[in-house]
Amino acid sequence: MLSELTKDKIKRFRDLFPHRKSAILPALHEVINDLGYTNPEILKEIAELLDLSPLEVSETTSFYTYFPKQGTGKYLIQVCTNLSCSLLGAESLVKYLEEKLRIKVGETTPDGKFTLVTVECLGSCGTAPVMQINQDYYENLTQDKIDKILIELP
Amino acid sequence: MEKILFKYIDYPEQYKVDNYLKNGGYQALAKALKEYKSDELVEMVKKSGLRGRGGAGFPTGVKWGFVPEDLAKPKYLICNADEGEPGTFKDRAIIENDPHQLIEGIIIASYAIGAHLSFIYIRGEFAFGAERLNQAIKEAYDKGFLGKGILGSKYDLDLIVYRGGGAYICGEETSLMNSLEGHRGFTRLKPPFPTTAGVYGCPTVINNVETLSNISHIVLNGADWFASIGTPTSPGPKIFSVSGHVEKPGNYELPMGTPLREIIYEHAGGIRNGRKLKAVIPGGISTPILTPDKIDAKMDFDSICDVGSMLGSGAVIVMDETTCMVKAAKIMMDFFAHESCGKCTPCREGTYWLSAILKRITQGKGEEEDIELSEDICDNIREKTLCPLGDGAIVPILSTLQNFRDEYIQHIKNKSCPFEK
Repeated sequence: MLSELTKDKIKRFRDLFPHRKSAILPALHEVINDLGYTNPEILKEIAELLDLSPLEVSETTSFYTYFPKQGTGKYLIQVCTNLSCSLLGAESLVKYLEEKLRIKVGETTPDGKFTLVTVECLGSCGTAPVMQINQDYYENLTQDKIDKILIELP
Repeated sequence: MEKILFKYIDYPEQYKVDNYLKNGGYQALAKALKEYKSDELVEMVKKSGLRGRGGAGFPTGVKWGFVPEDLAKPKYLICNADEGEPGTFKDRAIIENDPHQLIEGIIIASYAIGAHLSFIYIRGEFAFGAERLNQAIKEAYDKGFLGKGILGSKYDLDLIVYRGGGAYICGEETSLMNSLEGHRGFTRLKPPFPTTAGVYGCPTVINNVETLSNISHIVLNGADWFASIGTPTSPGPKIFSVSGHVEKPGNYELPMGTPLREIIYEHAGGIRNGRKLKAVIPGGISTPILTPDKIDAKMDFDSICDVGSMLGSGAVIVMDETTCMVKAAKIMMDFFAHESCGKCTPCREGTYWLSAILKRITQGKGEEEDIELSEDICDNIREKTLCPLGDGAIVPILSTLQNFRDEYIQHIKNKSCPFEK
């Protein structure tokens, strides 16, 4: 499950804030950095480390969309389809990705490498269209650029 | 106008403290700690006329002045870096390229309100920005700008970067505080206002990234200097994020009150491919859409209201003649339906149904009654929610209905989108 290093970091968050509950989101970010996903067992582990009830942790976690659940592909491709990106062709890029990866939005490739989702504004409208793969932004996208980006991912 | 906030935005490795210092950084902090008492700084910012750049335009110094002085409770300053209003990407530019400018502003603001622990609440997606800030904060500690006895004074301050979890609503200040406390990002009823009972139940000032980035310049150059830029009621520089169908999208730092036409045609290079302008959103998607006859309006908090819109975050989204306004409204409504926190029924249910109605209209399955039905739903959201998300959510549909009603009728009568090839 969680590595000792991640556990230590989470324990440090426990006393960093005026209230320990504030440590939930920082803990989740550490888990995503470490494993790339969460699951109910991990949420329980976080609760133990922070001395909170498992319910408190899952209640907070389920509000937020940024923390992928177990089963998400190694690379989570998040294409912005908000207004500025749509004006510059985001929709056709989503279709292109669906065809290229042979999956629909919301699905994962059979080899578990890619999950494709659409997301709301990523705050990069001046370099639209934009997508985020795991933590990294890719801007001013075109079909050619997408080909190159996907080939270069290990 | 000479650039102020963006003066060193393209300077090589400006994010490193040594370069920031070389370019005059942290002189304002030294001056503030040495020459001013905290209440004098509050007065200075009041006098400068600086208004919040996050969207609401509330006078910053007045907000600081609301913090009770003689309360035994701790006080907190939160920098709102949850930049999420679609069309806005100015704060990210400051965070990534000139983080010390922001941090210096935060330290001075914290000193002014008497906070000893401050937070930067940054949206979860900005992983790179959060890393930049953490590195910059570490440098600031090493140089003695943060921590105990800052620059030999008696003032202590700790600063923590707090990453959100991908929720637009957490840019709304009461949701932000709930999120920072480890709760779901639900809005809170106001009053009490954050300056009375904010995060952890203590007095809290929440200021936007761009707002706080102005502070060091005000301290160095004076309130009168700041007030001489822009317009009398909206002084200072403003960063306009321009996106959509323009030749040169990007951030442009200009005086408050710069006409919208100048921003679009001079700075952003005009409309792409020689096309005609159809509509423009002046301040992020929660602000009413303007038609081309309105773009001579000045972009400041008051002038843009005279033509029926709002300055918001200064995010200018430009749409050319090929844009389907019903589709644009649908994209914006989908956003609000997705981002409604779900606490207030009118917003939670209303945005869902409006999104469903717009979907069927864009698919050519709309009925004539749908227009009236939409307006009725909007009426039932307006001013019936705790936070401004509900009021913002009805803006795109109402302002497109007002200015482009024919397009809705065309979709319904012809059972198809007139813009689809």
